[in-house]
Amino acid sequence: MSAIISVKNLGIHATASGRALVDGISFDVHPGETVGLVGESGSGKSLTLRAIMGLLPEGVTLTDTESITVAEQKRLAMIFQDPVSSLDPLTGVVKQVAEVLRYNQHMNRHEARVQAADLLISLGLPQSLRTADRYPGQLSGGQCQRVGIAIALATKPNILLCDEPTTALDVTVQLQILDLLADLRQRLGLTMLFVTHNLGVAAHVCDRLIVMQHGHIVETGPTTAVLHHPQQEYTRRLVSAILPIPGEQHR
Amino acid sequence: MTPTASPALLELRDITVRYGGFTAVDHVSFSLPRGGALGIVGESGAGKSTLARVAAGLVAPAGGQVVLDGQTLAPIRRTREQRRRIQMVFQNPDSTLNPSHSIYRILSEGMVLHHTLETNGVKPSREAITQRCLELLHMVGLGEDAHDILHRHPQAFSGGQRQRIAIARALGVKPDVLIADEPTSALDVSVQHEILDLLAQMRHTQGLSLMLITHDLGVANALCDCIMVMRGGTSVVQKSTEQFFADPGPQYAKDLLTAARSVSIAPNMRG
Repeated sequence: MSAIISVKNLGIHATASGRALVDGISFDVHPGETVGLVGESGSGKSLTLRAIMGLLPEGVTLTDTESITVAEQKRLAMIFQDPVSSLDPLTGVVKQVAEVLRYNQHMNRHEARVQAADLLISLGLPQSLRTADRYPGQLSGGQCQRVGIAIALATKPNILLCDEPTTALDVTVQLQILDLLADLRQRLGLTMLFVTHNLGVAAHVCDRLIVMQHGHIVETGPTTAVLHHPQQEYTRRLVSAILPIPGEQHR
Repeated sequence: MTPTASPALLELRDITVRYGGFTAVDHVSFSLPRGGALGIVGESGAGKSTLARVAAGLVAPAGGQVVLDGQTLAPIRRTREQRRRIQMVFQNPDSTLNPSHSIYRILSEGMVLHHTLETNGVKPSREAITQRCLELLHMVGLGEDAHDILHRHPQAFSGGQRQRIAIARALGVKPDVLIADEPTSALDVSVQHEILDLLAQMRHTQGLSLMLITHDLGVANALCDCIMVMRGGTSVVQKSTEQFFADPGPQYAKDLLTAARSVSIAPNMRG
C-alpha cells in the first residue's frame, strides 16, 4: 500500500543557533493506520507533527521543504493539546465551527449553523446548542476538546494529526475523548498521527509506535511489540518508568 | 482513615473552605500517622490542593481545625516553629525558586530563618551553613559538583534537578510533615521515577510523614500507604492503598480506577 504521509530525512533546526532539533528522521504512514509518535519533552515529536501540518513555530526552520510528502487530494486537520486556549474565547462555539464550514464547504450562514450544531451534538455536546450558542469559557475542558475535534472534522479531513489531545484533561474525560477518537477513526476511515508522551495512551489508541529521543527515531514497530519486547535501552527505560496500577486486567 | 495504632501526627478535622459562595472543601477530615504517607487523589477541582494549602497554613478554612501533635494550629498565623514542622513542595519548581538567587541562598534562607543550625542561640558559621547545604544536595542526589551547584542559579538546571533543589530546601529545616502537591506532574516519566524514589527514601531515612497530592493513581500506589479520593470538595473514600485497589468502594472511586487502568499498560505488556 502506498503511503499517505511520507517523511524522508526530515530535519528541523533552530534558526538562530543552527542546532538540530529533529535530525534526519524518515517514516511512512499508511492509509487507515494510527501511528503514535512518543517520547519525552525535547524529543522532537511535536515539531515533527507541526512540520507535517505546516505549522512550525517561529524560531525554527525546516532544513529541506521537500522532505514531507502528503498523498494528493488528502486533507489534513489537527487537534491541539490545550483545547481551551486553541478556541476563540469571545466567539460562541457553534459560530466557530460554522465559520470553518462556511469557509471550507461554502455553505450559507444558516446552513452552516445548523450543520455545526449537528456536528457538535453528534460529538457529545448538549442539544441546547441548537437554540443557544455557548462560549468556550462556559464549557468544561473535555467539552472544549470536543469542539476542537468538531473544527478539525468540519474540514472533512482524511488525516487527523493529534498533538497530546488528552494531556490537559482529567483521566475519566481522557478516556471519553480517546473512545470518541477511536469511534471517529472507524466511522470516517481516518488516518491518525498521534503525538503523546504517555505510553499508556499510545497503547490504547495506536497500531504502530515511533519512539523518539533528542530528534532521532530510537525504535519503531507495532505497538504491542514495542511495549512487550522493546529492542532499545531507551524504550525499555520508558516502558519500565510507567507506574503500574494494581489489579490491572491482563489485556 | 482506617483507625491505626500509631497516634496521629497531623490531623485535619472537619475542614471546610469557601471561596466567595463556592465551597472548595466540604467537611473533610483525615489523620496522618507519624511516618505515614497519605495520597490524596482526584480530578481537577476536587479540592485536593486547597486542602493541602489549609494543612500548610496558606489558606484559612471557613471551619475545622488543623492539629499537629495534639496541638491545634492557627489557620494562617502560625508560630515559626509550627511553620517549620510542615513544609510544602509544589508542582512547578520554576515558580517556587527565585531566579535571581543562587542555590546557596535558596537552600540557606530557610534554615537561617528557622535557626535550624543554631546551638544554644549561637549563630552558625558560613562554613557550617555551606556544609549543611552540601549535605542536603547530597541527600537529594545532586552530590556531584555540589560546591559548584551552590553558586549557580535555578535556570542552570533541568526541571527534575530544580524539583530536587526544592525538596532539599524543604528538608533543610527538618520538617515532620512534607506536603507534596503534584511534585512530578511537570516532569518527564523517567525523571518522575527519580523524584518518587527520592521521596520514598526521605520518608524512610528522615522519618518524614508525607501528604501527597496527585491525580495519578500509579503515583499514589508507588508512594502511599493510605489513599483518599476527593471529588467536588468532599472525601469520597479513605482506605489503605491495598484495600483501595482491591475494592475502591463508591461508584466514583470505581470509575476513576477504571479510567486510569484503561489507559495504563498492564503488567503483562511490560518488556
